[in-house]
Amino acid sequence: MNLEAPTKAAPAVRSTGFSPAWQRLRTAWYPVWVVLCREIRDTLRDWRIVVPIVILVVGFPFLAVFAANRGLAFVNQYGASLIIERLLPFLMLVVGFFPSSFSLVIALETFVGEKERRSLESLLATPLTDLQIYVGKLLAATIPPVLASYLGMITYLLLMGLTLSWWPPFSLLLVSMTLSTVQSLVMVSGAVIVSSQSTSVRAANLLASFIIIPMAFLLQVEAGLLLFADYTALWLIALCLVVVNVLLIRLGIRVFNREQLLGRDIDELNLRRALRIFWQATWPRDGLKALYTREVPAIIRGMRPELLITLIVILVGGLSVGVWGIQRFPLPTEAFSLAAIQDIETIGAMITQSGLLASFSPGAIFFNNVRSLLIAGVLALISLGILALLLLTAPIAIIVYIVGQTGGIGVNPWLFLAVTVLPHGIVELPAAILATAQAMRMGDVMLSPPEEGGGVDGILREIGHFVKLFVSVVLPLLLLAAWIEARVTPHLLLNFLGR
Amino acid sequence: MIEIEELTKAFNGLVAVDDITLTVQPGEVLALLGPNGAGKTTTVRMLAAILKPTAGRARVAGYDVATQGDEVRRHVGMLTEAPGLYNRMTGREYLDFFGQLREIPTPERRARINDLAEWFKMAPSWDQEHAENHKPVLDRRLGEYSKGMAQKIALIRTLLHDPPVLLLDEPTSAMDPASARLVRDTIAQLRNDARRAIILCTHNLPEAEALADRIAIIRQGRIVEQDATPALKARLLGPPLMEIRLAKPSQNGVVALIERTIASNGARVQDTGADWVRYSTPDPAVTNPAVLQALTASGVAVMTLSEVAQSLEAVYLRAVEESL
Repeated sequence: MNLEAPTKAAPAVRSTGFSPAWQRLRTAWYPVWVVLCREIRDTLRDWRIVVPIVILVVGFPFLAVFAANRGLAFVNQYGASLIIERLLPFLMLVVGFFPSSFSLVIALETFVGEKERRSLESLLATPLTDLQIYVGKLLAATIPPVLASYLGMITYLLLMGLTLSWWPPFSLLLVSMTLSTVQSLVMVSGAVIVSSQSTSVRAANLLASFIIIPMAFLLQVEAGLLLFADYTALWLIALCLVVVNVLLIRLGIRVFNREQLLGRDIDELNLRRALRIFWQATWPRDGLKALYTREVPAIIRGMRPELLITLIVILVGGLSVGVWGIQRFPLPTEAFSLAAIQDIETIGAMITQSGLLASFSPGAIFFNNVRSLLIAGVLALISLGILALLLLTAPIAIIVYIVGQTGGIGVNPWLFLAVTVLPHGIVELPAAILATAQAMRMGDVMLSPPEEGGGVDGILREIGHFVKLFVSVVLPLLLLAAWIEARVTPHLLLNFLGR
Repeated sequence: MIEIEELTKAFNGLVAVDDITLTVQPGEVLALLGPNGAGKTTTVRMLAAILKPTAGRARVAGYDVATQGDEVRRHVGMLTEAPGLYNRMTGREYLDFFGQLREIPTPERRARINDLAEWFKMAPSWDQEHAENHKPVLDRRLGEYSKGMAQKIALIRTLLHDPPVLLLDEPTSAMDPASARLVRDTIAQLRNDARRAIILCTHNLPEAEALADRIAIIRQGRIVEQDATPALKARLLGPPLMEIRLAKPSQNGVVALIERTIASNGARVQDTGADWVRYSTPDPAVTNPAVLQALTASGVAVMTLSEVAQSLEAVYLRAVEESL
C-alpha cells in the first residue's frame, strides 16, 4: 500500500459562494466547532459528570419544591407568607447554580485533565491557533452545565406552577438565567487560569477553592438581595461578573498558549522559594537611604497606571456619588447643625457617638486608617483590585456629601473643607492613594501571565512591594495625619466657628 | 526541508537546547540520539512550532517556526513521546477528529483512515485476536487499546495528512517485536519518498542505525556529533577493523608479513591469535587485496577476511563520554 495520500487534501471548509469575510469567519470557527463537538461528546460519555447533573436537574428541583411547599404551609400558620415567597426566587437561583457549578469540574477536567493525560500535545501539534483551542474548550465547558442549569430552573418553575401556581416575574427569570450563565463563565474562565498553574487535576482541584469560595459568597449576597427583591442590584452583580469575566478571559487567552501549557513542575509548592521572593521584594536591599531614593521611587514608577486609575476613579467616582447623595438625600438644616460644636470634648463626643471611632485620639484614628487600607489590600487580591478602589472611593464620597451639606446651613463649603479635611487630608490622602494603587497593582498582576511579571512569583513580589511601601511610606504618613486630625484640626474648626 | 541555525531554548534560565545547527534534506532520515533530558523532545517541539525558540532560527518545510507556527504545524506530522489518546473515543472517532482539524475532506479522510488502518493491521480483517468481540479495532474505545495499539493509532494520526516533514519521538516504544518491525518498515518506506524529511528520536540504536542516513548525538542541549553512521564510526572508533582467519594455526612470520604489507597504507596490526590477525586500515579497498595477495603468494591458506562489526552503541557511548 502507498502511504502517501491518494489526492492532495483540499480544505474541508469548502467555498460556498459566500463573501470572503464570511468564508474567513467559517474557516476560523470550523476548528472551534470540531473541538467543541469532541469535548461535549467526551463530557457526555463520562458518567461521573452526567449522573450528578441529571440528578441535580431532575431530582433537586423536586426537593426544592417540596421544601417550598412545606415552608409555605408552616409560615402561613403565622401569617408570614412573605418570608417564604421571597425565598422562592432564591431556591430557583440555587436550583440553577448547582448544575452550573459543574462547569468548573468540566473545565478543570477539559484543560488540566488533558494536560495530565498528555493528550494535549497532539492537539497543540495541529494547525489550530491557541485561541481556537481555548474558545472551543471554553464553550464546551460552559454549554452543557448552563443548559443543565436552565433545565433545572425550568423543572423547578413547572413544578412550582403546578403545585403553588407560582410564576416569577419575567424580569426575575431573566436576571436569574443571566446570573447562572455569567457565573458559569466566570468559573470556567477562572478554571483555565487555575489549570495553567497546575499539571495535575488534583492540584487544580485544590486551587479551585479560589473560585468556589468567592462564588459561594456571591450566592449568599444574591440570596440577601432576592430577599429584599432588589433586582437592580442583581443586574449590577451580573454586570460586574461580566466585567470580571472579560478580564479573566483576557488573561485566559494570554496564559492558554503552547509554551505555558507544556510547562512542568509549576504546581510544586516551594515555600522556601516563595518566602525568598517575598523577602527580597520586602526587605530594603541597601539601607534606608537607598530605600527612599531608589526602591520606593521604583515601586511608585512601576504602579503609574494604577495611580492614574486610582486618582481618576476616586475623584470622578467620589465626586459623582457625593453630589448625587447631596441631591438625592439632602439633610434637613436642623439635622446638620454646627451649633453643638462648642469645644474639643464635644467634637470628640460627636465622633465617638457616630460610631466611626472608638475614641477621638491619634491612636484610634491611626488604627482605623491602617485597618481600612490593609483590608483594601486583602480585598484587592480577591477582587482583582476592584474592591480596593471602591473602599477608597466611599470616604471621598462621604466627605463630598458632608461638605456639600454645609452650603445648606450657610457655611462656605470650600472653607469648611479647608479647615476640617485639608490639614490632615493633604498627608492622609496621598498615603491612601499610594496604598490603594499598590493594592490594585497586586490585583493586576493576577491578570498578567508569568512572562509579563504575573503568576505566583509576580503576586508574591507585589505583596512584598505593598508591605515595603506600607511600612516605609504609608504608615509614617498615616501617623502624622492621625496626629494632625486629632490635635490640630479640632482647633482649626473651633477657630473657624468662632468658639 | 529542515534547517536549524543556532537554535536555543531556555526555561527560566535553564538552557534545554543550546545553540544547535542541523539540516535534514528531503528524502533523508536523521536520528537524534541522546540521554534522557538531553533536549531531544524540546528540539522536536520547537520544530513542530509548539515551543518558541529563545534564540536562533529554524525553518521547517519552508516556514519559520517562530513566526509561521500555524503553517509549520500544517506541514508537520508529529508523533509525541506519549501517545496521549482520548480514552473515551473510538479509534475511528479519534482519527476522524484529527482529520477534521487537518481539514481533510470527509471522503478522503475516511479512505485515508481505512488505508492506514489496513497498513498497520488494524482494519477488521486483521482483528483476529479479538474476533470474539465482533467489534473492529477502530470501533473500540481507545481506553481498551494495548500500549502497542495506542502507539499505532498515534502513528496513523501523524501520517493522516501525508506531511512532508515527520518528527517521530520514540515511534516503536512499547511495541511488540512484530509491531516494531512493521513501524520500522513503514519508516523505511516513508524514507523512499524523496520529498519527505524525517527526524527520528530514539534510544533504540540498532533501529537508528538501520533507518537513519545520518546520526546526531545531543547531550545537555548541545549537538556533540553529527554525521553519516560510517563516518561517525571512523571518526570516533578509528579506521575499520579487519579480521583475517587462517585455515591452520599461525605459522611463524605470518604476522610480520602482514605488518610489512599493510605498513605503507597507514594500517597496523591491532591484535593476534593462534589462527587470526586483526588489523585496522583507513582504506580497506587497497589494503585487503594486498594482504590476501601476499599471504597467497607465501602459501598461507586464508579462510575468511571480514570487517569486525563496530556497533552504533560504541559510537554513542564514546561520543557521550568525550563530551563530558
